[in-house]
Amino acid sequence: MTSKKVKVQMSAMAKREEKWAWLFIAAPFIGFILFMAYPIAFALVASTSKWTGMNSLWGNIVGFQNYAKILSDTKFWKAMGTTIIYMIGIPIGMILGMLVAMGLNRKIKGKRLLTTMYYVPVVSSLVAVSILWAWVFNYDYGLLNGIYKFLTGSHGPNWLGDETMVKVSMILFMVWKGLGGTVILYLAGLQNIPRDYYEAAMIDGANMWQKFKSITLPLLSPVTFYILITSLIGGFQVFVEVQVMTPSGGPNYSSATVVFYMFEKAFTNGQLGYGSAVSVILAIIIFIITAINFWGQDKWVKNIE
Amino acid sequence: MELTVKQRANSKDYQTDRVTSEKEKVFNVIVFLILFIFAITMVFPLVYMVATSFMTKNQILSGKLTLFPNPILIGKYSQVLSKGQFIRGIFNTLTVEVPVLLIGGFTSSLAAFAFAKMNFRGKNALFLALLATIMIPFAVVMIPQYNLFTKLGWTDSLAPLIIPGCFGNIGMIFFLRQNLYSIPTELMDAAKIDGCNYFEIYYKIFLPLMKGALGTQLMLWFMGIWNDYLAPTIFLRSEKNWTLQVVIRSFNSYYAIQSDYALIMAASVIAMLPTLILFFLFQRVIIESIAISGIK
Repeated sequence: MTSKKVKVQMSAMAKREEKWAWLFIAAPFIGFILFMAYPIAFALVASTSKWTGMNSLWGNIVGFQNYAKILSDTKFWKAMGTTIIYMIGIPIGMILGMLVAMGLNRKIKGKRLLTTMYYVPVVSSLVAVSILWAWVFNYDYGLLNGIYKFLTGSHGPNWLGDETMVKVSMILFMVWKGLGGTVILYLAGLQNIPRDYYEAAMIDGANMWQKFKSITLPLLSPVTFYILITSLIGGFQVFVEVQVMTPSGGPNYSSATVVFYMFEKAFTNGQLGYGSAVSVILAIIIFIITAINFWGQDKWVKNIE
Repeated sequence: MELTVKQRANSKDYQTDRVTSEKEKVFNVIVFLILFIFAITMVFPLVYMVATSFMTKNQILSGKLTLFPNPILIGKYSQVLSKGQFIRGIFNTLTVEVPVLLIGGFTSSLAAFAFAKMNFRGKNALFLALLATIMIPFAVVMIPQYNLFTKLGWTDSLAPLIIPGCFGNIGMIFFLRQNLYSIPTELMDAAKIDGCNYFEIYYKIFLPLMKGALGTQLMLWFMGIWNDYLAPTIFLRSEKNWTLQVVIRSFNSYYAIQSDYALIMAASVIAMLPTLILFFLFQRVIIESIAISGIK
């Protein structure tokens, strides 16, 4: 239909409307070219060079050398592994978020207040709460070890100073920071499920677990899908909390993520070409994972009809 | 359409008529208690943060688990607020906020109007291209943008944070476009007959009608800029331009060596206050607009 419309001679009025419209979208469009499209093209070219910002980019093209180096760097793989380990927090947050939302969806008192309490960490500044949690995790004087000592009488773990515990700490932090968002999304999803469904199930004699399994879970799947996609995209880009809590990347580089690795190469060491190659690898991974998710979604995502 | 409306209405009736059994009431009380205890755990670190900011160094480093400052020390707050760097941080952040929200809010709402209410070739393709940028990780554009801003000589000012924002925000365009769909297009035809041009139609008719949605989006954007840390760390070369988040992070590394945790916490509390106050004042609309994003 649209293609036919274009072929038909446009009226003077339609042409005028089009000119106005193009003018109205000019700013975001120019912004898109300048700050997104051009940088992406630039990153692709830069990723094949030994550019440092001081030398000439075009004079130092080395082909796929950066990529080969990255893929054989154990530090990169370590950072990639840590990034993926952090994603254990995604299903934990989803399960907790769904449980809390299901509770909040019942007839209980103080719904508004409770929702607010869960959501406060989400609106709080990431830097400020990272600083706070570094303090909470403090080995000698922190809140967690204070509670630990109070309960057990012995000294607690070295949260940010141990290769394994630092990962546990980061996951704990991320679940805490993001839970409120998951709760609100699931709560909205639950409120969208027509009550008649549960009615019918009750008449059929379904118990709570059956109702959850065959009504709630499938009808929440679009929300689950949305949370999964956005958490995966965000999960690959974790950086700020790691840099604030463990500025050097943790003991033996055990808390560093891919973006942390990239940031260090590009802005601390000045290897801008190499850093660009890391960022391109990251973008490709995110693209593939998102594509797989969209491709697989009709297998498990249901829609309310 | 009519049927679904009727169904909704019926289920509402049912909900209010519903008799809650005793067993269910007890269950709900238990659910409330669990949710409440868990919610306390969620906000507890923040409470502890405020408590620490009022404590003396001796109390903090005593290693005893306590939540009540004794004596209550407010000196750390005045100490933070008397630091030139901290005040400059607030000022720099506001210098970014004001032009970006005013100009960026204008360009975004204008574009949203065009995408929702006007006809032009390439509309859908352009919109999808803009929307796809949400998926592009910031890491990819950060080095090229850094290079671009350096070449333009912007890195000694706040321009790298201000100018790109003025071109608009795709998330905002998306939400406003969605909002405009619920406003009847007939209004536009009426205005055309009255002799309004397209800008007047936007300005006089649709802008006032999307005021609520625009306000919510601007608030969320304000919080985003206020809490932004990554872009300022990369693009701002000189210390005099540091925004608030960069300043508190540098306070953290500087004063942690001196174990002055009360000062660090006081600075962080002040840095969090504006977004928290905004959230408490407008939580209903903010939460609604977040919830919509997942349903769409």
